[in-house]
Formats: sequence, structure tokens, C-alpha cells
Amino acid sequence: MTSTRPSSVEKKPAESATAAALHVGTSDPRTLIMNNLRQSGIFVALVVIVALFAFLTDGLSLSPGNITNIVLQYSYILVLAIGMVIVIIGGHIDLSVGSVVALTGAVAAVVVVRHGQPWWVGVLAALVVGLAVGAWHGFWVAYVGIPAFIVTLAGMLLFRGLTLRVLDNVSLSPFPAEYNKIAAGFLNGLIGGDGYDAFTLLIGGIAVAGYVVSCFRTRAARVRYQQPVESFALFVARMALVGAVVMWFAWQLAHARGLPIVLIILAALVLVYGLLTRRTVFGRQVYAIGGNLSAAMLSGVKVRTVNFWIFVNMGFLSAIAGIIFSSRSNGAQPAAGNMFELDAIAAAFIGGAAVTGGVGTVVGAMVGGLIMAVMSNGMQLMGVDQSLQSVVKGLVLLVAVAFDVYNKRRAGASR
Amino acid sequence: MVRTDDNILEMRRITKTFPGVAALQDVTLAVRRGEIHAICGENGAGKSTLMKVLSGVYPSGSYDGEILLDGEPVHFRGIRDSESRGIVIIHQELALVPYLSIAENIFLGNEQRGTGGLIDWNRTNAEAAKLLASVGLAENPVTPVVQLGVGKQQLVEIAKAISKKVRLLILDEPTAALNDVDSAHLLDLMRRLRDEGITCIMISHKLNEITSIADSTTVLRDGRTVERLEMAAGEVTQERIIRGMVGRDLNSFYPDRVSTPGEEVLRIENWSVRHPTQDRMVVDGASLNVRAGEVVGIAGLMGAGRTELAMSVFGRSYGRDITGRLFVHGREVRARTVAEAIRHGIAYATEDRKRFGLNLIEDIRRNISAAGLRRLARLGWVHDNEEIKVAEASRRDMNIKAPSVMSVVGKLSGGNQQKVVLSKWLFTDPDVLILDEPTRGIDVGAKFEIYTIINRLVAAGKAVIIISSELPELLGMCDRIYTLSAGRITGQVPVAEATQEKLMELMAKDKESVG
Repeated sequence: MTSTRPSSVEKKPAESATAAALHVGTSDPRTLIMNNLRQSGIFVALVVIVALFAFLTDGLSLSPGNITNIVLQYSYILVLAIGMVIVIIGGHIDLSVGSVVALTGAVAAVVVVRHGQPWWVGVLAALVVGLAVGAWHGFWVAYVGIPAFIVTLAGMLLFRGLTLRVLDNVSLSPFPAEYNKIAAGFLNGLIGGDGYDAFTLLIGGIAVAGYVVSCFRTRAARVRYQQPVESFALFVARMALVGAVVMWFAWQLAHARGLPIVLIILAALVLVYGLLTRRTVFGRQVYAIGGNLSAAMLSGVKVRTVNFWIFVNMGFLSAIAGIIFSSRSNGAQPAAGNMFELDAIAAAFIGGAAVTGGVGTVVGAMVGGLIMAVMSNGMQLMGVDQSLQSVVKGLVLLVAVAFDVYNKRRAGASR
Repeated sequence: MVRTDDNILEMRRITKTFPGVAALQDVTLAVRRGEIHAICGENGAGKSTLMKVLSGVYPSGSYDGEILLDGEPVHFRGIRDSESRGIVIIHQELALVPYLSIAENIFLGNEQRGTGGLIDWNRTNAEAAKLLASVGLAENPVTPVVQLGVGKQQLVEIAKAISKKVRLLILDEPTAALNDVDSAHLLDLMRRLRDEGITCIMISHKLNEITSIADSTTVLRDGRTVERLEMAAGEVTQERIIRGMVGRDLNSFYPDRVSTPGEEVLRIENWSVRHPTQDRMVVDGASLNVRAGEVVGIAGLMGAGRTELAMSVFGRSYGRDITGRLFVHGREVRARTVAEAIRHGIAYATEDRKRFGLNLIEDIRRNISAAGLRRLARLGWVHDNEEIKVAEASRRDMNIKAPSVMSVVGKLSGGNQQKVVLSKWLFTDPDVLILDEPTRGIDVGAKFEIYTIINRLVAAGKAVIIISSELPELLGMCDRIYTLSAGRITGQVPVAEATQEKLMELMAKDKESVG
């Protein structure tokens, strides 16, 4: 009786309202927020959490010194979250990244500290090891067909063990100053400034200018292709808001120690991977595989190849996180990176990635990671007990995903 | 022997409607105690719906009409109700748990308990052995079901039904997936069960089986009872059943098209495909061709191997041990992956668009570009405004009813989803389109639109292959129709000479008579 299945879907008034909003270019913020609840929800959550901790710590959490600290302390989690959200969009998971962070850091330490090679040789060695680990995972997941959960669970044990062997069970430190600068260094004083760093402000200004130009170009292209755009007032308001936040952020950094090098690395990665996921054939195919594997296969997507590179990429980003972490802690420890995978996975899910795959964004994962970072940092400032911090973080993850599931069910019900 | 007026079951004036569709209208069914009663009709005639009403899957109150069991009205609220009265239905897709043993499957939900509520394994296995003997299956009850072939699994299902004290056994297409030996065995078993007093209802497409086994037959068409035929009166012939099943006008439902076939675009020769897990041929030495500007149909009953044939041609996306030759524009090609098939100008739109055709959580735009993304990309970078333009053009040409190309595909109606699937394949600029059940689950208006689109493509010189269960659709749309039965091409009929009766006869032909 397949042919009498009731398949025609009635259009609900709500849907046509959405349609009208899209075409006319509404400025009603309520409509816009409701339309993009999934995306805007986490931004709202981030703002609320930042405000909450600013209040609870009497503004200490927003002080120049603390802002700098947050960047330095959580950058490697954010780097991992970029790779993790891509893995999750593809419908997989990676439990091994903490061990890989440890292994790559250890390899760099052995090369640089024990063998006295220059810092960049250590960086290269770590990247090569990261890529090799990614290829190992990718091989088992894509070509042998073992679920990523199992492959990376094995990898978690395997690479932790290898870390211990590489380090002979002892910590290696210290790194030479150049290596240490990667995560602990700042670019400042290049063009002077009185009581603040003018260079940091300049970079902030360039970033805002770049953002504005790209917004205008996107808008112009959409108009040229007769696509709906938001009203001009809202468009300007949005750019002004983003610009203000970025400049305030730069201002705070400029009044502390200047522009952290690791922030430049992170910003470059977010930019590149944001484009990679949205604008490249590879990125699209990741979404296609996660959304409907069979349909992707029957559309000519080379599923195995794509899955393989997803994991190679995760290995690469784990190596970068490993370099940043070892550089920041100025040495390699056997227990480095423990539980990092869980923070990265939490960041991706809080940022709106779907457990079933096919949904998620790099920007979302960054916001998710920042939510975790601001919370941890705020609770540390308040002197909250470690055990309680863990409880709070766990609950936030659960609530975030529950909210997402609830949202989806509501969207499903209105079909 | 059968007593003439002793009906175990009567269904009177059953009407069941789904939103917008009347699946059953005033259907009557009478089954005498101790007979084998066949129900036949085309796909979509209402057979399965009727059985779901009977077994309580559609609970009492969700349909109109009354059901009398042993002469008294019954109101089943679920499948447990009907089973408690001895009605057991065995679905086409068997419902066994693969890694449990035969005995565990037989007593699943009805476990043989001993002292303290624990399962009494000795009794379970002993009882199972008895049941297996009664259906003639010589297997150890502790064997996991996964190790049995489909035929034996069917017997396990029947043993399970007997364990539930079945009085009225319903079999939905019981032999569709079976080979000849297993089919013959199953039919023998049904006769034996009848002689032991179990009444059987059998839904089947295989007319030769019906004429050989059924005591009486009810024919359904378009959700209505056409007639009840008595075997004893010599009424049940295949021709008679076919006339009942298809006796409807070919409504002027299919847009006209002037056929001007050109050069051959696609040809397969001696194409054979083995089932991916079982040791049987799903397609067996099939040869066919299609020319530019031509629509070719493939008709076949469920399980004949239509979809399997199409998917194996489309980049070997089904089956194993594929042999045979594939020619595109007269040149032999090897399309070992879907990507290669697309590159050779082949497109395949699946019969199950939700599972295999669309990414339902993604928007129209990205579904349309999914198979031809490289056309929009330079050095791996997607030109996303061009993508929107392409999607907008498709939305306009195909008349996809959606607020924007950013609308999520999962929220569209079946007809509009199908238009997205067609758009996706047209964007790959294929020379030949294989459309598998292109109008399944689509309302009448959208069907007409799809037909118009197909005609437009053909007029533009594309070659089209339509696979369909609806014979009127094939007769209305195609220039030539191939019939497929048990993996073999059993005939090729120009549309001018084709009738539903003729096609049905060819589709029901079994291997032996093909020679």
C-alpha cells in the first residue's frame, strides 16, 4: 500500500510567515531570532553567561588580564573543537584527541628538548605525527568500516601508551624560548602606544574592516543574484555590534599584554575552516554524508575518501593543539591532554551540532567552546570547588543538547 | 471438507481513509472456515491496508464497517487483541530477531516459564522442536535464525504462528523472496495446514500459485472489492483474475508526446547480478537498450529485480559478482562507482527518495547541487551564488512549491520532494535517466506535472527508463516496455501492442516457461 501513503504536507501559516520574512527582508528582531533560534540561541546563552559571571565576580572576569588569560587557557580546546565539529557533522566521533595532543607534544619535546633540534623541527615533527595518527584512524574508519567510536577509543589507549613510551614516563622541559613563545608569546610594542598596545588595536581595526568589506561584498552578490537580504538598518546594526565587540576585545587585550600569538593562530584556523566547511566541495560532502549516507553515496560522493580526510584533518588539528599545549606548559607530560576530547565534544554539541550528524558549524563550536571557557574561568575566579565545576559543566552540556532536541521536535511537530 | 456457509471471517463494508486518500471503500471479504483464500490486486489496490485493519494495526474506530469473527462482531485495538483470537499475520519483511535462536524467536513474547519465573529452556527447545517438525523444518531449535535462508525463516514464522494457536493465518506475499523449491514447499505446507483446520489468507502477485492453491479468491482494485471467485466453480483462471485486477480505464491522465527516437544511448547485454548476501541471482542475463528521445518502461512484480537491475547499472551500487556489458552511445564503458556512472551521463532517481534520494535535513539548494557539485566549483571552491541561481532556476522550471530554495526538503510534500530529486539529477546533465517509481506516494496533480517534465526531457533528446508498478503509467508514458520476472527479461512489447493483460501475463511468467 505504498502508493496511498499520505505524503502531501499541508503548509502551515507559520511557514508562509517565514517565507514572507525571508523575501521582504524583515527587521523585526523577534522574527529573526525565532527563525534562527538554534543559531542565535547559543549567542544569547554566551552573552547571558558572560554577564552572569561579570556580575558574580564584580567585573573581574572582564578585566584585561583575565580576558587574556581565557584566550591563553582555552585556545587549544577551541582548536580541537574545530576538528571535532567536522568529525561530528560527518556522523562520527573522536575520543582520542586528548591522547594525540599528548603524543604530538611529547614528540616535539623529544625532538627539541632531548635532541636539541631547532623549535621548528619540533613543530614539523608534531604535525607529521598528527597527520599519521589521523591517517591511521581514517584508514580503519573509512576503508575497514569500523565505527569511529571503537577506532578512536582504541586510539585513545594506544596513543596514550605511545606517549608514555616516547617520554620514558617522565616529563620533559623546558622548551627553548622560541617554542615557548608560540602559546605564551605576544605581539606588542611594534608601533608603540602609551599605556596600551597600538599594534593590537590596529589588528583589531583591520579585522573589523575586513569583516565589514566581506559583509558588503556578500550582500552585493546576493542582491545581484536576487536573493533576499536583511534590511539595511539591521545589516548596519549587525556590523556595528560585531565591530564594537571586536574593538572592545582588542582594547582590553591592548591594555594587558598585547596580542597573543595563539589568538592569531586560532583566528586564522577559524577563518580557514569556516570557509572550508561552507564553501568547498569537501565541506559540503561532509554535511551530505552526515545528513544521509545512502543518498550521498548514490549522489556520487566518494564516502570513503571524505571520511578518511575528516580524520586526517582531526589528527592535524590535534597536533596543532598539542604544540600549543606543550608550548604553554613549557614541556611535555605523560598525562597531558587528559579529557580534552570531552571538552571538545561538549563544545561542538553545545554549539548546535547534531548527535545524528549532518548539522553543525565551526562558529557554533567556537561559541560552545567559549561558553565552557567562560564558565570554567568564572568559577575558578570565584574559587568554586573543582568538583562543583565539573557538576555544573556536565549539567550545561545536558541542558544544551536537551534544548536542541526539544527545538527539533517542535520543528518536527509543526510540519 | 469445506462447508459452504460457515464463514470464519467476514469483513463488511470496510472503509478506511487517510488524509486526502480513500485507501479502502466498502470492501467486503468473506473467508470460509478451513479454506485457502487468496487476495489479489495491483500494488496500491488496498490489500495490505485491509489486512492491517483485520489484524488491529489500524485499531477499531479508525475505520468504518464491521468485522465478524465466527459470526460475532470483534473490535481489535491492537495486534495483541487479534492474536488472542487466533489471527496471526506474517509480513513480507520477516520479523525475526537474527541473532536469537529459532526456539527463542518462536517463543519471543510468549516465553515458556518454569519455576520462579525463569525461562525453562528444556521445555522451550522441546516445544520448538515439535513445532518445527509440524512445519517440516529439519533444523536444530538452538540454531540462530541468521544462519537460515529466507525460505526456512518463513517456516519459522509459521511455526511461531502455530505456537500462538493460530486459527486464521495471513501470509503477505509469502513466496516473493523464495526460489522455486522453497515456494513449492511452502505451498505444500499451506495445504497441509488447511487440512489440519487452519484457515489461510494469502496475498499474492503470483497468479499461477493462486490458481493452483486457492479455494477462493477476492480481487481488489483501487480500494474496492471487484469480485469473489470460487475455485470449485472453475472460475479462477489467470485471465479472469487479471481482468478483475486491471479492469479500469486508462484515464487521459498522461500528457501526449510525439515519439521520435534517435540514436541508441544506453545498452546492457547479458547483465547478471548476485544478491549481496544470499546465493541467488537477482538479475539473470538481462539485455535491454534505450534510444535518445525514447521512454522505455520496465514492468515487473515485487521482487522481480527491477530496482536491483537499475542500481547495479548505476555504478554497481547494488549486488555483487556483476557481469555483463554496458554501452553508452555505442561505446563499452565501465561504471564501477556512482561517480563514474554520473560522468558517463547516467542518472538514477531512487524509488525511496526519503531513504536514498534526499538529505532531508538540508535545504532545496544543497540537495539539488549534491550530485553535480563539481559543476559549481573551481579548484574545490563552491560558487555559492551560482548554486542559488541554479536552484532558483530549477524551482521555477519544475514548479517546486516552496517559499525559497533555502527551505528544508524534509518539510516539502512528496511531489515537491520528487521534483527536487529530478532537479538534482538534471543538474548532472545526464543522457539517460533511470526513474524508479517516479510517482510513488505522489498526489494526482503532481503526477501529471512529473509526466510533463519527463516528456519535456525526452523532447530535448534525453533517454528515459521508467520502472513502475503501475501498469497504466507505463502504458501511458512509454514507447516500449520490457517485462522482468525473477531477474529475467521475459518480453519486450511496443506500447501499441501492449495491454495490461499481456504485460501481467509476461510479468507472471516463471523461469521454466521462459526457457
